[in-house]
Amino acid sequence: MKGEMKIQRLFSKRSKKHKEGDFRGLLVYPSTSDVILAEKILKGEGYKVRVVGPPPHLRTGCDLVIEFPLIEQLGIERILKEKGRIPLKVIPISDEILEPIDLCQKKDFGDYLMIRAANMKLVIDKRTKQIVNISGGGCPDVPYLAEMLIGKNLKETPSPKDLGHTVCAYALHIAYEEMLKEVD
Amino acid sequence: MLLLAGTIPDPGLPLICGRVRIKDGRLFIGERSFYLHRGTPSMIGTATTVCQIMGLEEPYCVIAGDIGKGDGSKLVYNYLAENIHTLKPTVCSFHYIMPDLMLHYKLFCALKNIEAKPFLIADAGYMYIAKMSGNADFYDLFTPDLGELAFLADENSPHPFYTRGFIFHRPDEVEDFITKAYETKGTPRFLLVKGNTDFICENGRVMKMIDEPNIEALECIGGTGDTITGMVAGLIYGGHQPLDACYISAMANRIAGSLANPTPATQVMEIIRRIPEVLKILRKEHFNGRQENTKTHRDG
Repeated sequence: MKGEMKIQRLFSKRSKKHKEGDFRGLLVYPSTSDVILAEKILKGEGYKVRVVGPPPHLRTGCDLVIEFPLIEQLGIERILKEKGRIPLKVIPISDEILEPIDLCQKKDFGDYLMIRAANMKLVIDKRTKQIVNISGGGCPDVPYLAEMLIGKNLKETPSPKDLGHTVCAYALHIAYEEMLKEVD
Repeated sequence: MLLLAGTIPDPGLPLICGRVRIKDGRLFIGERSFYLHRGTPSMIGTATTVCQIMGLEEPYCVIAGDIGKGDGSKLVYNYLAENIHTLKPTVCSFHYIMPDLMLHYKLFCALKNIEAKPFLIADAGYMYIAKMSGNADFYDLFTPDLGELAFLADENSPHPFYTRGFIFHRPDEVEDFITKAYETKGTPRFLLVKGNTDFICENGRVMKMIDEPNIEALECIGGTGDTITGMVAGLIYGGHQPLDACYISAMANRIAGSLANPTPATQVMEIIRRIPEVLKILRKEHFNGRQENTKTHRDG
């Protein structure tokens, strides 16, 4: 065992970029998979958006929403309409927003490396870059993601965000991104 | 009746209800069979093994296919809400089910209205929604890992993904989180926290800590928490007191893990297949010279 270390996640750094007084809005979708797809579209178009937890009155169970600069609302709505991803609601932020967990934990097991993000853990064989285990989580796509990803090479497999539908899949994706940085 | 509910990562699987049996390492419910793998099958498989060892009737399972879209979970919630009063289970274990406030509320109301409240165990997604709904203390036992414990202790967090702070496996910190989880009513009467050290708690007090044998690779292996939840459900149904059931399950998992001599790449099946032998020995040793309470939950 070579010990543990903390890795600062991008989420906390990104949040510091927003100046005080910036007006932000939320894009609300009926499911987490819709949020993941919309985030991918908007980031691909260069928008500075991020995924956060919804305010209490919008929570239904397994939730994510997209935070965006209100000043860019028109452009964002236009691109989402073009791509067939119109949100359920677009609302200005006036309530408590939950920040996703901002730390990953790395644990070295010699030939194997584990990275944990929130409640999800991803383990690879450092020699082959093969995903050998996925653990943690509680949403129904966690066993599905394990079936789809275990045994695959980290760099060749579809990402957890492309396969999954829930907040747990999103957490696993964070571990996956961190792992990609580790093996590069 | 021991009732086990959850989802299977098969998008085409309809709602399936019925008694479960194990044959040739596979689970059989009616005409359907499933690999004894991570997730709900792992929980069902170990609970069924316990029932076989103790000579109890097979568990009754309610499962449906779900790969995270919530469709199978909805079938499970609705079936349980509409039928729980006629099934009359004495112990229930709810597992990989999509957290959904409205559907949970429907099932919660049905559970509140049945004549004799069963012993209610929640793990995975169902534990998340039980806590998020503010009704954690209606349930009897949660089986979180350390990250999930931090979530239970954070009264504002609706999911472990948003939990403030983080745990780095320091025992003193774990005990603080346990205290907080009870203070904020984020947990039921009993808690089995799974980690490098397992903590067994009742009403805010740590009653037992287990840290041997310590197999570090187990942390990497998906499904090792599911086996504990399955064992504890079977043992409580068989009449073991909850604290004893938690202790035996946690110990059995560790010993089965050590017998498997695992690496971080080992799959949970390697551990599951060693559980029956370990459980038989542990039950005999743990209850040598004293009576079990065999009436508590088996007969209602």
